Amino acid sequence: MWAWVGRLGLRVPLSGWRGLTSKAGPQGSGQITAEVIEHLEHLALVNFGSREAVERLEKAIAFADRLRDVDTDGVEPMESVLEDRCLYLRSDDVIEGNCAEKVLQNSHRVMEEYFVAPPGNISLAKVDECEPTPCD
Amino acid sequence: MAAPILRLGCAGRRCALAGVKGASRHRRGAPNGFALNEMRVQSSMAPRPVITAQKPRKGEHEWAPVVGLEIHAQISSNSKLFSGSQVHFAAPPNSLVSFFDASLPGTLPVLNRRCVEAAVMTGLALNCRINKKSLFDRKHYFYADLPAGYQITQQRLPIAVSGILTYGVCEGNKRNQIITKTVRIKQIQLEQDSGKSLHDHPQSQTLVDLNRAGVGLLEVVMEPDMTCGEEAATAVRELQLILQALGTSQANMAEGQLRVDANISVHHPGEPFGVRTEVKNLNSARFLAKAIDYEIQRQIYELENGGEILNETRSFDSKLGCTVPMRDKEGKQDYRFMPEPNLPPLVLYDADSLPAGADSQQVVDIDYIRERLPELPSVTRDKLVQQYGMLPEHSFTLLNEVGLLAFFQSVIKETRAEPKLVTNWVLNTFLGYLKQQNLTVSESPVTPSALAELLTLLDGKVISSSAAKQVFEELWTGKGKTAAHIVSEKQLGLMQDQEALEQFCQAVMEQHPQVVTDVKNGNLRAVNKLIGLVRKATLSRADPTAIRKILEKQLSL
Repeated sequence: MWAWVGRLGLRVPLSGWRGLTSKAGPQGSGQITAEVIEHLEHLALVNFGSREAVERLEKAIAFADRLRDVDTDGVEPMESVLEDRCLYLRSDDVIEGNCAEKVLQNSHRVMEEYFVAPPGNISLAKVDECEPTPCD
Repeated sequence: MAAPILRLGCAGRRCALAGVKGASRHRRGAPNGFALNEMRVQSSMAPRPVITAQKPRKGEHEWAPVVGLEIHAQISSNSKLFSGSQVHFAAPPNSLVSFFDASLPGTLPVLNRRCVEAAVMTGLALNCRINKKSLFDRKHYFYADLPAGYQITQQRLPIAVSGILTYGVCEGNKRNQIITKTVRIKQIQLEQDSGKSLHDHPQSQTLVDLNRAGVGLLEVVMEPDMTCGEEAATAVRELQLILQALGTSQANMAEGQLRVDANISVHHPGEPFGVRTEVKNLNSARFLAKAIDYEIQRQIYELENGGEILNETRSFDSKLGCTVPMRDKEGKQDYRFMPEPNLPPLVLYDADSLPAGADSQQVVDIDYIRERLPELPSVTRDKLVQQYGMLPEHSFTLLNEVGLLAFFQSVIKETRAEPKLVTNWVLNTFLGYLKQQNLTVSESPVTPSALAELLTLLDGKVISSSAAKQVFEELWTGKGKTAAHIVSEKQLGLMQDQEALEQFCQAVMEQHPQVVTDVKNGNLRAVNKLIGLVRKATLSRADPTAIRKILEKQLSL
């Protein structure tokens, strides 16, 4: 665990992380600590160990932060444009499925009739070994 | 940092425990003190609300364990919660997957009416308040078996809240006293099941089967009102019986249709609750009780030895009989809940609010469902007690064994014997044979009709009860012979010939004058000896009460 942080620290100078902070909004300082990055990597199986990856994250945050410019005081949040519609109820009939071949066509790798995925967030040491996830 | 060090300590201890239990060569050497101690704690574990810790120091308080449960029950439906693909256990991998289940872009959820009705039925049976408006939310995880990256669930406003489950725990020396307990139901929410991952460690890959992805689940959240493994296991068993009676879930733990997570903490009475741990994926009632009791003892041991309980997720290792931290759940998860934008609120109606002329396929009427709820297990048990005069604990046993109630009712229907005799035979002889051979009711070689016929013979005094046991043994091992057939073949019928029986009695009295003298001198117990001798002479084919009558007449007592 600590080795992982150490590795991160080595690859990306600390000032690099400061660069991640967006224009500080009204809620929160916008500071992203190495721990947060590590946690996000762990959850998302994404490696931020490269300059491009960090830049992509920075851009995403900056993009989303523009929402704070909108004044929403006194406005009840709308969850969906459908929120006052009736929820359609389906009768309990089997009308889909039986298309394993088609569904599996989307898979990067297949074994017998299974999708093959990286080993998942089992342990940090093992995540380290696996190939990059298709998230990038 | 204290936390990682503590965790390391845990890992070391686990090894020690594994060593003592697993490899005998370790046992001979100086055993690890903790491991032995831990094993002792386990074996002396008693289901008591307040457990005194192993080595109480002077003036030390007792510990009060607190157990809450989160139960996932797979809804018994033809199709999935939001898609029209089939729900079926053990189908070829990925054969029950629609484009929605595989999260292909452009697919949308369409709610299954049956799943909504199942949730309402379950909520009503657990005395919940049904929310006339409930909402769906997205809960985000990154797992390969959850292709959308989120699960649709009901976090903010679930379909049912504030219920109560009543269950009965056996207590007393002979465990024949039923104590009624209750646990509050916090909420019931509708949500999607995930797919299944098979971890292929040698090749460092995961095989994913999405057949289960999107199957409807009822998550039942129970408040921390339980205090030990047995209480939790009994409450889960009662919920299982209710779900099965309703038909809302098959609730078969072995097939993963009922999965239990337990939240466990300990504290001193009168003080706030302690830090809790969550034990995940308990998939049998026995392991559930064991895991909870182990975890309670582990926490007490930890706290008494200056340790700290971490708010962590643990799993139960059934081979080692202990709980271990789950490494993939370390750290706090951020589920990033958000309202599900593709599903408007779910609105339910009752008799008053039902709009006139509404399409009956598009509305769910709570009152309509309430009026048609099937009989619940507690009512079934009360009826058994009232109708057949059986003890409450017998009614619990009849329901707890799968298929036993139906078996009992078939026997009752087909026999002329008294219900008490039937209860006695079904619960003692029949169940005893099943347990001895580790069979389920459906695997029994004796059919209800065969037992019914046997009990009719016994009730009509055609055979004695010892002969009946013999006939039962024959039925169990026999090759489809009827009870009557066995009785006539083995000549097990009771002697109906009064005169012949009188002759037997006469002969016995003549052969044993000393016993007769004893009786005449006032030793009435000697009559029993004569009865025994007559029965022996008739090869146990005579009814002892009939013999007694004849003897008493002949001895003019």
